[in-house]
Formats: sequence, C-alpha cells, structure tokens
Amino acid sequence: MHPLRNHKSYLASMGHRLSGIALTLFLPFHFLLLGSALEGASELNSLLAYSQLPLVKVAEWGLVMLLGLHLLFGVRVLFLEFTDWPTFVGREADRRQGHLVRVVVPSVICVLVLGFLFLIQAW
Amino acid sequence: MSLDKSVVNVSFLEVKVWRGKDDGELVSYQVPGRENQTVLDVVSEIQRSHEPSLAYRYACRVGVCGSCAMTVNGMPKWTCRTHVKKVMDDGVLTIEPLRNLPRIKDLVCDLSPFIDTWQQAGAPFCGTKTRHEAPANIDPESKARKAADAGLQCINCAVCYSACDVVSWNKDYIGPAGLNRAWTLVNDARHGERQSTFDKAFGSGGCGSCHSQGNCTRHCPIGLSPSESIAGLKKSALFGLPKV
Repeated sequence: MHPLRNHKSYLASMGHRLSGIALTLFLPFHFLLLGSALEGASELNSLLAYSQLPLVKVAEWGLVMLLGLHLLFGVRVLFLEFTDWPTFVGREADRRQGHLVRVVVPSVICVLVLGFLFLIQAW
Repeated sequence: MSLDKSVVNVSFLEVKVWRGKDDGELVSYQVPGRENQTVLDVVSEIQRSHEPSLAYRYACRVGVCGSCAMTVNGMPKWTCRTHVKKVMDDGVLTIEPLRNLPRIKDLVCDLSPFIDTWQQAGAPFCGTKTRHEAPANIDPESKARKAADAGLQCINCAVCYSACDVVSWNKDYIGPAGLNRAWTLVNDARHGERQSTFDKAFGSGGCGSCHSQGNCTRHCPIGLSPSESIAGLKKSALFGLPKV
C-alpha cells in the first residue's frame, strides 16, 4: 500500500465511501423485494423463497456488514465534525484525531460480531 | 552512475532521483552515507558531485521557509528537516517532486495552482480600521482567537496539498492549506469579510469536498491541523459563524 494511505484515518475514510457505494448498488434489489409485498402476499412469498438460497443469505449478510460499517464510520465523521477539538495547537490535535480513529478497530469488530449473529440466525 | 567503492572506506546510499518533467524517469546515484545527513544534503551532493544540471529548490536549510519540500519515499517532506536514516526504505532513497502540482524540471514544481487556492478560499485579509483608529481589542483567551492562532503558523510549503488524495482526485478542491487559512480569517474579529470568506470556503470545491482522511494533519511539518480547521468550517455551515 502507498505510504500516504497506510493509516487508520485513511482506511476509515475509504471504508465509509466504499461501503456507501456498495450499499447504493445493493439496496435497490432489497427494496425491490420489499416492494413486491404491494402486489400481494403470494408475490412476496415467491420472492422470499429465494432468501433461503445460500448465496442470497450470504448477500444479505454482506448487506448487514456494509450497513454496520457505514454507520460506525459515519459516527466517526460526526465526532470529527461536530465535537469540539481541544484548543491545543498542532500535534495535540493530531493525537486527538488519533484517538478518534481508534474507532476503526472496534467498529470492524462490532460489525463482524453483528454479521456473525445475523449469519447464525439466517441459517 | 556508480563509483569504485574499493577506493573509499565509506558506505554508499542508493538514491533514485526524478529527472526531467512529466515524461522523465528515476535515475540512480550512489552517494556517501554520513552519520548526520539530511535528504537535502543528499540532493545537494548529487547536484555538486554528479549532476550539475539537477534542478531543485531550497533557501533557509533550517525548516523556516518551506521551499525544499519534495516527495521522499512516497511521503511529502521538508528535505532540510528529514534525516536520511529515518526515511531509508531497504537502503534506497527515492526523491521526487511534490505530488498534485505541475512539474517544471527534476525536483522543481510550479506552486501557482497551490497559491491560487488561497485566493479561491477568500484568504486575503480585509481590515476594517484605518491607521488613525485604535487597534482592535482582542482577547487572546477567547475561543475564536485560539482557533485562529492554531492555524496561523502555516508557511505555504504545500506539503499538505501534496499529501491530500482529494486534491489528486478533484482539481477544483481548495485543499487543506487554503481552507485552514480561511478558518483563521473566519475566527478573526478584525477581518471585515468573514461571511464572504466563509461562503467561498464552503462553496464549490470547498470544505464539503474533504473526506476526513487526515493526511494533511499527519504530514504538516510544523504540526498544524488543517483537518480541525476544515471540521470547524463544516460545523459553521450548520450552526453559523463562530462568535468573535
């Protein structure tokens, strides 16, 4: 990895953007499924039958993971932009940001646990 | 270019230096390694002993002017304040011009686009008092003054501009230094165009384009935090200008 990109803050930023793009691609199919309920129970049930396919389960698991990542990295941005940074100058502020980006590792762990629970439930 | 190492009892550094403009290439040189040696020392030694036509910039040599900034092993740095031992990568030192700026020759790039961003961010200070009036009474302990002071030491070295990936993706983006300057003015009670400066800093290519990657803060050689300044501008967009 390029040395400019090999740090947690950059990885969190890219994780937030890429998970957002992936959700944008995935969610229309999810809403298409939900929208089928408007056409009657049989229509919805026939599409829900696909949710028993392992590939669909894995895809839904991916959706939950992406939602979790996007949420937690979004919380990071809210912290950065809406909380008062200490009125120290320079490096102190850098350390503050260092503390904030530590949200990355706990976030990923939370999302993995959440995804694992979802997968157990789905199967 | 290689030297006969058997005739001198010193270790040699493998140094790759960018030669030419955009279509140039990295050229390898071997430079004697010394106990205390900055990257600027290495570049100077190459220019004096190997390649008299090598173009590079420097002035103060002590980290005051910021003109010797280059890309060292992929990272933008002041070469006069960067010890070779701290940045060597597997015994190789790769020196290139700053990223995100047009190259002129070898290690020299054109800083005009970077300087222009300061104007784009509404950076010129507009005083409201004449010389016949008393100076403004500013409380140095006020929140706004501390916020302004925190970003005032910037010397326009363009290291943050070079480090920022958003600048490389979006050429309309003002960049960290210009936005940091705008934040100092937005917090300056003496500045007569605070709203105008904020409007420019929040307009097209402004603070809203920042992705909070933090490269600017990580690389600022004097420890400023443009990330914090940009966060302040974003916050002002929702809650209004800071009270001064």
